[in-house]
Amino acid sequence: MIDPTDPEFWPDFLEVLMKGTLETLWMTSVALVFTVLIGLPLGIVLVGTERGRFLEAPFGSRAAGTVINRVLGFIVNLGRSVPFIVLMIALIPVTRLIIGTFIGTAAAIVPLTIVAIPFFARVVEIAVKEVDAGLFEAAESLGASRWLLVRRVILPQAAPSIVLGAATTITAIINFSAMVGVVGGGGLGNVALTYGFQRYSWAHIVAVIVILFLIVQLVQGGANLLARRLDHARGRSRARAALDADEAERVA
Amino acid sequence: MITIDHVSRTFGGAVRALDDVSIHVRRGEVFGVVGQSGAGKSTLLRTVNALERPDSGTVTVDGIEVSALRGRALLEARHRIGMVFQHFNLIGNRTAAQNVEFALEAVGRTGAAKRGEALEMLDLVGLAHRADAYPAELSGGQRQRVGIARSLASKPAVLLSDEATSALDPDTTRQILGLVRSLSRDLGLTVLLITHEMDVVKQVCDSAALLEQGRVVEQGPLLELVRTKGSRLAHDLFPLGEAPQLPGYGILDLTFAGGEAQRPTIAMLARDLGIDVSILGATIETIGGEQAGRTRLAIPGDRDDLARAERFLTAREVSVEMVSAP
Repeated sequence: MIDPTDPEFWPDFLEVLMKGTLETLWMTSVALVFTVLIGLPLGIVLVGTERGRFLEAPFGSRAAGTVINRVLGFIVNLGRSVPFIVLMIALIPVTRLIIGTFIGTAAAIVPLTIVAIPFFARVVEIAVKEVDAGLFEAAESLGASRWLLVRRVILPQAAPSIVLGAATTITAIINFSAMVGVVGGGGLGNVALTYGFQRYSWAHIVAVIVILFLIVQLVQGGANLLARRLDHARGRSRARAALDADEAERVA
Repeated sequence: MITIDHVSRTFGGAVRALDDVSIHVRRGEVFGVVGQSGAGKSTLLRTVNALERPDSGTVTVDGIEVSALRGRALLEARHRIGMVFQHFNLIGNRTAAQNVEFALEAVGRTGAAKRGEALEMLDLVGLAHRADAYPAELSGGQRQRVGIARSLASKPAVLLSDEATSALDPDTTRQILGLVRSLSRDLGLTVLLITHEMDVVKQVCDSAALLEQGRVVEQGPLLELVRTKGSRLAHDLFPLGEAPQLPGYGILDLTFAGGEAQRPTIAMLARDLGIDVSILGATIETIGGEQAGRTRLAIPGDRDDLARAERFLTAREVSVEMVSAP
């Protein structure tokens, strides 16, 4: 039992929470980097290889496009349907291969990344599908290469939605990272388990909840701000702006 | 310049969008394809830059069989074929200049020179002063100007227009059509446009084709079409509306184009035959620098009077249709 009146309590309390927070941030950031690196192209290919879209015939073959689309879609759905705790256990051999061990904060990054990739790929898929079909047609009519289409049209246009989706992904990663704490990964989840659950310290539980809440708030707020900055066109109502401009032209 | 040769295209095994369509567009002319929505105009236009592939038949642009191209060669062919859209299809989070720069990047231009070239293109369409505005800050007409600048950035020989003025008000439509006309003249551009508005055809087209349920019903130079007796396009271009019931009168519709339209034919008819002609309706416009139009006359008297009037007019190269006999 932990005694909050003990003079040792507060310095220890702060140290434990600081360590847990940093571990959570570290796991989440590294997992996010790999999630974006793999999930972003995955999502784009997932949309592009659909029938009638810009990658429907990679290497000049429509059959190849269909096969790639089906296989990726299957993997993504599989990844999303397995419960995290099961996935984590199933991935132990993979984690051991990559990190050398399956226990600890570094080891937790592998399952966190793998669970987040399909999630983020779907986020990207939805964002890309929202891009106006007319823009694809315009780019095609201009004889733009696929790479230019992705870089200059798809990514900039989908960026606001992708950023907002990334915030949701980060929240999900933080969520799962707490579960990692249960099986020996570090982070705030581990703090809640070892201090709150095993030693009945409500102070630790409350503190973990407050810190996680603040992190999620900051991530969401930052994402909202960034998404708005990326979105020039929707800053003002389109119709309204066009009316204003028509009016101005008539006066001039 | 553009030869569409026996092109057919079916969607989903059932809907025949194009049915053995052949169209020839001469170098430097403005060619309009008109038809109701669903007539296959859009599909037809898209076969020219291979956004759509024909099931059978070929499409040739400037000697290159576009319908057979793939990969790199297709991209390069598209650099020679510009396209503008009804809803402009500008990239919303890029400025007017950046939208044009995108087209330049598509042809492999890099670096700082792009900006200068983009500004030149915007200047060409009279929009240099709005180069740094986002599409949302531009009027419909201005957006279409950006669309035109973008489509011409790669210095194409052909411009395809997909209902480019259908989302614009009549004033703006006139300005945009005037711009297309003068660009076609100054740059030697061949223009293929599709529209459902007869006014567009009257204002800019040298030639036209009428598309109906995927088939070409009529095509040719506009003045020739107007002169052709019973031409559907002439009827649609110069509508006279429903004919009234007038007891004791015969009603004739006259269609004229070019030279004879300048002569006072109707005055001569009244004077020479002594008939008290009434004009029930008329539309006359200038097409390609020549007067053309249709007039509806009411001729009093019996069948003989009507027949005399008809002979008189036919002899003066006016095509005559009898709407009702007395």
